[in-house]
Amino acid sequence: MKTKTMFMAAAIAAAGTVSSVQAETLKFSFQGTLNALDPYSLNETFTLSALGNAYEGLTRRGADLQIEPALAERWEIVEPNRWRFFLRKGVKFHNGNDFTADDVAFSVERVRSEGSDLTTRVPADAKIEIVDDYTVDFVLSGPNPILHYEWDTFYIMDKEWTEANNAAKVTSASDTTANYAALNANGTGPFKITSHEAGVQTKYEKHAGWWDEAQHNLDGVEFTPIGSDATRVAALLSGEMDMVYPIPVQDIKRINDNSGTVALTGPELRTIFLGMDQMRDELIYSDVKGKNPFKDARVRKAFYQAINIEAIKQKVMRNLATPSAIMISPFMFSKAGDFQRYPYDPDASKALLAEAGYADGFTVGMDCPNDRYVNDEAICQAVAAMLARVGVKVDLNAQPKAKYFAKILASGGYDTSFYLLGWTPGSFDSYNVLSNLMNCRDETGAGSPFNNGGWCDEKVDSLTGQILSEIDPAKRDDMIAEAYKITHDNVYYIPLHQQGLAWGVADNVDLVQRADNQFHFRFVTKN
Amino acid sequence: MSDVTNASDAPKSRWAKITDSDLFHSFLRSKVTVVAAFGTTILFFLAFLAPWISPHDPFDLASLSIMDARVPPVWMEFSDPRFILGTDDQGRDLLSGIFYGMRISLIVGFCSVLSAAVLGISLGLVAGYMGGRIDAIIMRVADVQLTFPAILIALLIDGIANGIFGNIDREVFAFYILIVALTLSFWVQYARTVRGSTMVEKNKEYVQAARVIGLPSIVIMARHILPNVMGPVLVIATINLALAIVTEATLSFLGVGMPPTQPSLGTLIAVGNDFLYSGEWWIAIFPGLALALLVLNVNLLGDWLRDALNPKLR
Amino acid sequence: MIGFATRRLLQALIVMLVVALLAFTMFRFVGDPINQMVGIETSIEDREALRERLGLNDPIAIQFVRFITKAAQFDFGTSYQFQQPVSDLFAKRIPATLELSFASAMFALIVGIPMGIYAGLNRDSAISKLFLSVSLVGISLPTFFIGILLIFLFSVTLQWLPSFGRGETVQIGSWWTTGFLTVSGLKALILPSITLGLYQMTLIMRLIRAEMLEVIRTDYIKFAKARGLPDRLVNFRHALKNTLVPVITITGLQLGAIIAFATITETVFQWPGMGLMFLQAVQNVDIPIMSAYLLLTAFLFVAINFIVDILYFFIDPRLRVGRP
Repeated sequence: MKTKTMFMAAAIAAAGTVSSVQAETLKFSFQGTLNALDPYSLNETFTLSALGNAYEGLTRRGADLQIEPALAERWEIVEPNRWRFFLRKGVKFHNGNDFTADDVAFSVERVRSEGSDLTTRVPADAKIEIVDDYTVDFVLSGPNPILHYEWDTFYIMDKEWTEANNAAKVTSASDTTANYAALNANGTGPFKITSHEAGVQTKYEKHAGWWDEAQHNLDGVEFTPIGSDATRVAALLSGEMDMVYPIPVQDIKRINDNSGTVALTGPELRTIFLGMDQMRDELIYSDVKGKNPFKDARVRKAFYQAINIEAIKQKVMRNLATPSAIMISPFMFSKAGDFQRYPYDPDASKALLAEAGYADGFTVGMDCPNDRYVNDEAICQAVAAMLARVGVKVDLNAQPKAKYFAKILASGGYDTSFYLLGWTPGSFDSYNVLSNLMNCRDETGAGSPFNNGGWCDEKVDSLTGQILSEIDPAKRDDMIAEAYKITHDNVYYIPLHQQGLAWGVADNVDLVQRADNQFHFRFVTKN
Repeated sequence: MSDVTNASDAPKSRWAKITDSDLFHSFLRSKVTVVAAFGTTILFFLAFLAPWISPHDPFDLASLSIMDARVPPVWMEFSDPRFILGTDDQGRDLLSGIFYGMRISLIVGFCSVLSAAVLGISLGLVAGYMGGRIDAIIMRVADVQLTFPAILIALLIDGIANGIFGNIDREVFAFYILIVALTLSFWVQYARTVRGSTMVEKNKEYVQAARVIGLPSIVIMARHILPNVMGPVLVIATINLALAIVTEATLSFLGVGMPPTQPSLGTLIAVGNDFLYSGEWWIAIFPGLALALLVLNVNLLGDWLRDALNPKLR
Repeated sequence: MIGFATRRLLQALIVMLVVALLAFTMFRFVGDPINQMVGIETSIEDREALRERLGLNDPIAIQFVRFITKAAQFDFGTSYQFQQPVSDLFAKRIPATLELSFASAMFALIVGIPMGIYAGLNRDSAISKLFLSVSLVGISLPTFFIGILLIFLFSVTLQWLPSFGRGETVQIGSWWTTGFLTVSGLKALILPSITLGLYQMTLIMRLIRAEMLEVIRTDYIKFAKARGLPDRLVNFRHALKNTLVPVITITGLQLGAIIAFATITETVFQWPGMGLMFLQAVQNVDIPIMSAYLLLTAFLFVAINFIVDILYFFIDPRLRVGRP
């Protein structure tokens, strides 16, 4: 009896401390979890986006994705190989420490250290020189016009705080004890993280001492991951959530029809495409023996023309996709308009197959993720049905992303014949696409690790090298267009579309939907 | 000698008597059971005749057109007379999909129940009859087995198959993975039940007599004990058939069931789930109804069988 | 007695070792954890270095011994995804799962027992048949589908009950959090408990009914009625008491099943328990979490079995080694 009384007393005392929900608290949900708070431990869009509310980089990207000054007020290229950054003065971290050049130098070393998943943010051979407390120089080994393109997600940490908490080493999965920086955050951003229970809930609170003028009117933000699509949508419809993302394309209408909620849609930067093994002499998954049909450009073009991209757009994507002729979003390449898709034409496709010696078609295994991209598995099924109509039998193997990537990427020995993949260049620039997807590679992936099909075109390789160091934007774009044209003419890839973004938002919330699918609280107002 | 024959004949004739009179009588007496039996028969027929009675072949990808996707049932607006119950997200006719799906669900159910029963009964007989160390080993294996729910077993088998055969083709292997997973999670029940009954039976005179005259153990187990422990097994098997069908559906939801190109009822529901809020309810609800009907009927039969075979209730 | 207990304890230990071995081998096949720990753009050399640091390149026997030694000290390593010690993560998640399991078991008992009694006493009444059929429909649909239908009805359409999570929780002691003390916490429990407990409710109802049917035919109940004792007294004092013994046994054993099936309910309702964490771990190939979950549930089952064995020993010495 006595224990029961004590129990109740404790409960009442604790109940008093339960914070009441304020109108200015934004509750939002995403399908995945925010695992660790260390800003260098995972190079993944949502993690970087969620941490980008607490941490900031030298630069940031605005609502339209243009690069803006953030912790650096301005920068200039003083010599071709020397960039100078002038840091913002009077900026304080959440714990009150001052932001200085030491913090930048510390962060540059930490982001390049062992265990970091963002090592490519700063080139390995770049040197950092502290000029004074608020000026730093980056000395490069060669010209690089896109040095700072991904720095909006290279967050600056507080040297003193990190070292005092023994977190100077990047959190690594092989650690036996928890790294302080994985469970706590101390940035300069508009919100501080007050509590974080991985996979359950993360709470943010407004940072009153933020250097920039706040556009938002939030006091706090609560993030809860909800993995099930149906439950996530239900949470929005029932008014329990102010914002959820992503929402399945089929629920857009329902959310719009529901009073009090609206679906925000827009184009995303990710390009979804099909790749084919063009390296092996015989496909692993096919009934064609002794030769590789994908080495024949006519077969690749036949596959291309068998796919009714408009039907996929309308029926699978419910118009929330933009069919694409090239492997990058038109938002990131000025000459995208010069390219046009090969038309959908099953008859031409059959003729091409017959010409290549496959009049009766053949069988090929296709690999597909089923939890990675918008309606990925449904797209693959539709493609399989369309190819069946020109006589190609597709054995579809759709798997969760963990197994899928383990199979088709370098770590699985590129164990695939025909696959679906999506790609967003983190730098918003074509160089990333060319070097990762379109250069020659060896069996281990050296050269162009994500060119899973292993096709090789010397001309594209040499263009890629020139594009890296070309400073003149017009010349550079011409070379990129030439590389894309070679890819298109030879049908090295079959681009499908840029998928759309779909967020569900309560009517009383105003926010900015950025095309990179990052959600920043600093743009949010709630009434 | 005469003792033996009498003793072993007696249970057989009792069994025959039940099927001939009591069981049949109690069957006719229960209207629910008659209806359930009738319903089960119809559903079984629909399922096994699927290739001949379905208006479309849902497994033939070349016949699917994505432009027919998500057509509502015929009595609604924007429907298409070709698709009585509408289509799923790939343009597959739902009525045909349900027939074929039911067929797959039933085949998975029957195969797993059969193999679990064979495995469980054999091990249970051996454990109960032999006793001692063999018994202890088999029952500890059963304990280990119980610690793995069917979901975990399916993931395990899926993973191991991937490891052994390299990357497997889901379309071919999903079926076998399901059977093995369900078999492994169901056999313990049979083994425990049969072991219990065997321990009782083996001390009875007819078994001891058989042992005295030197019949081999395997003959005693198969010919003398087995027929006497089959009653409860039949009940478990019926309930398990229903359970297997539902479990298969759950596994499809977790992504280790039948692939969407060869959908079972569970796969159809799992796919249809995504379309519940968008107003395309038919994709999940019709297969759901079919599943509920099937499982309900089988369960009702199992119920009646349990009551009818329970001597204490007669 | 001592000998028997020691023998059983040894067997239980061997069972745990076998589970550990199975868990260990299983997880070597589930997928490549490296892919989940790094982003898609991480280079192959970095991936290989990480593999080396995690000890994934060591001989399997060495990895297994390392795994067992640490697990015996409740050290399950650090989660690949969360980069926190797995034991800490489980400590936070266990209250949620146990409260949900408890609420489901209560639901199953409180609803199942009266329905079972009624159906047993009034074997042929229409209401009994209704109970039986409706409860059968409940278990004829897969759990995930029932959960989603309940959310659709009570959260989206009627907006009475929350669709996800535990609501407000209250901290008790250093690590236990409870949802039993707040209104939103209690409301959040309703739908998941029903979804999870439906199967056990049906089971208990049918068990009680079957036992009642048997018991009321026994001689001493007939005798009690013949003595002119009121029906109510006979039914509840004598008959019910006899039916409860198997119910208690079954409920005990079903507790394990509830915890195992909580994985699916927790996924549908985003209930922050260890089942949800386990399924997420499976998707992300987070091996330390998966091993720990498997060993924990195995431990639970083995412990229950062990206790049941010991109890049987006291109840019926004839069953020394065998157990029905």
